Amino acid sequence: MAIVLDALSWAMLVGGALFVLIGGIGALRMPDFFTRMHASSLTDSLGPMLVLGGLALQSGWSLETVKVLAILLFLLITGPTATYALGHAASVAGLKGGTREYRASDPREPRA
Amino acid sequence: MIVVFSLFLLSLLVVTAIAIVRSENLFSAVMLSGIFSLLMALNFFILDAADVALTEAAVGAGVSTVLLLGALALTPTEERRRKRERKVAATLVTVTMIFLAISYASFDQPRIGDPDAPVHRHVAPWYLEQTPELIDIPNVVTAVLGSFRGYDTLGEVYVVLTAGIGVLFLLSAGRPGLLPHRREPRIESSLKSHLIPHVVGRVLIPFIVLFGLYVQFHGEYGPGGGFQAGAIIAAGIILFALLEGEGAALKVLPPRVLVGLAIGGALLYLLVGVACMLLGGNFLDYSVLAADPVTGQQIGIILIELGVGLAVTGTLLSIFHAFAAREQ
Amino acid sequence: MEILGLYNYWVFGALLMIGFFALIARQNLVKKLLGLSIFQSAVFLLYISLAKVEGGTAPIILDPTAAEIFSNPLPQVLILTAIVVGISTTALGLAIVVRIREAYDTIEDDEIRRLDRRS
Repeated sequence: MAIVLDALSWAMLVGGALFVLIGGIGALRMPDFFTRMHASSLTDSLGPMLVLGGLALQSGWSLETVKVLAILLFLLITGPTATYALGHAASVAGLKGGTREYRASDPREPRA
Repeated sequence: MIVVFSLFLLSLLVVTAIAIVRSENLFSAVMLSGIFSLLMALNFFILDAADVALTEAAVGAGVSTVLLLGALALTPTEERRRKRERKVAATLVTVTMIFLAISYASFDQPRIGDPDAPVHRHVAPWYLEQTPELIDIPNVVTAVLGSFRGYDTLGEVYVVLTAGIGVLFLLSAGRPGLLPHRREPRIESSLKSHLIPHVVGRVLIPFIVLFGLYVQFHGEYGPGGGFQAGAIIAAGIILFALLEGEGAALKVLPPRVLVGLAIGGALLYLLVGVACMLLGGNFLDYSVLAADPVTGQQIGIILIELGVGLAVTGTLLSIFHAFAAREQ
Repeated sequence: MEILGLYNYWVFGALLMIGFFALIARQNLVKKLLGLSIFQSAVFLLYISLAKVEGGTAPIILDPTAAEIFSNPLPQVLILTAIVVGISTTALGLAIVVRIREAYDTIEDDEIRRLDRRS
């Protein structure tokens, strides 16, 4: 039983780290603001979920688990809110999605 | 394994610092300095300084970022375009040479973590040995802060208070009175129109303040204490001010009350010291506060930590409101 | 591996000099203050690094009878209070910058000096 828990928690830790890495690469490589935000939102939703879940499995039934789950709940509330606030601010400020090449090739866009 | 991790985090610190200096937009420089503070907190945590990490995260990443943004609302946010100057090149050469000199000198220093380093051979073992006997609280950092080196902490609290008074004087110029007025601002700059941040923020504020109180009163048993709690509670109330607008926050905690908190907290610390003298002990020697010297020490530490917490909350909030009032 | 024990000192030196560079070579006053706070953080890092003991934990003694190694509490106390004092001095500096901006309408050091010379 202990080995199964251990393997599961390590799989979750490694998986979470992988998602954070993917989010980081995405934030660097994506072409425009909104796709970048989309990539980086991985690092504050799925990444911590897996990492903190793995940590909770490691610590077993104890006060630490409760603390870890409280942190997870906090992150699940604040992360998407921060992403929303960022995206909303960008769209209110008039930022358009897509790269310049994409917008140039889009027939619906007015030509400059 | 932890060595690899700490090397990585230390290197990130240097990269972030260079990015702060290079970026021309001051907004991004301020955001980067928030990241810098969080990285610094992680480094402190790896180096076994849980109390310091908590303080750095609350003060550096939270309050400091808000104050810098408040100041940027009153100043230009773009750095003027820089020309390549000969002076800059000369400075760069100089600082590189000093850096190399420091690195060279480091070879004579004890390695990090060496238990035989001179710094660990002086008073530190005494503190670690005597704290369970003389004060009997688990957190040695709180014991040293509150009791063994209570003079230092008293001085620091008054430095914070003085800085707060200085900010109030500087930013109240050109209008009657020292404190910001409670009048309704012309433009209500709240986040009321942004539904999701507004609702989520309002749900979070009670928990932030509750966590601040936990940090305040659990400081004897775990990482925490007045400085951290003051910064956390101030951050929670600043969040309230951002969500509901300056006027609403000033209605809940008027400027007079905030200044009263700051001065009252500092005075509480001082009066505990004076009370010790009146009861026949030395200044800030809490042993005389109760029949049992150990209980006396514990009472003294709880009281002065409360004073520190009140003073830090009051000062940080007064500073925040002073900047916000200047904007109108 | 022995050489890695010096890495903290090098990072300290690098941060110290990056902050110092910003303080001297940048004309923008807010940038200078940010440089000052990097400089300050470098000193914090040095103190906390010195407090570390190999194999130690944070100095919280939950069981006085157990033989544990603890890191040095004293530098941690000094830095804990220094951080809060640091933010207060930064706030004071920012207040002065705001007043300078109101008086001169610029926060670039060389322009302020030029305006001073003209008047």
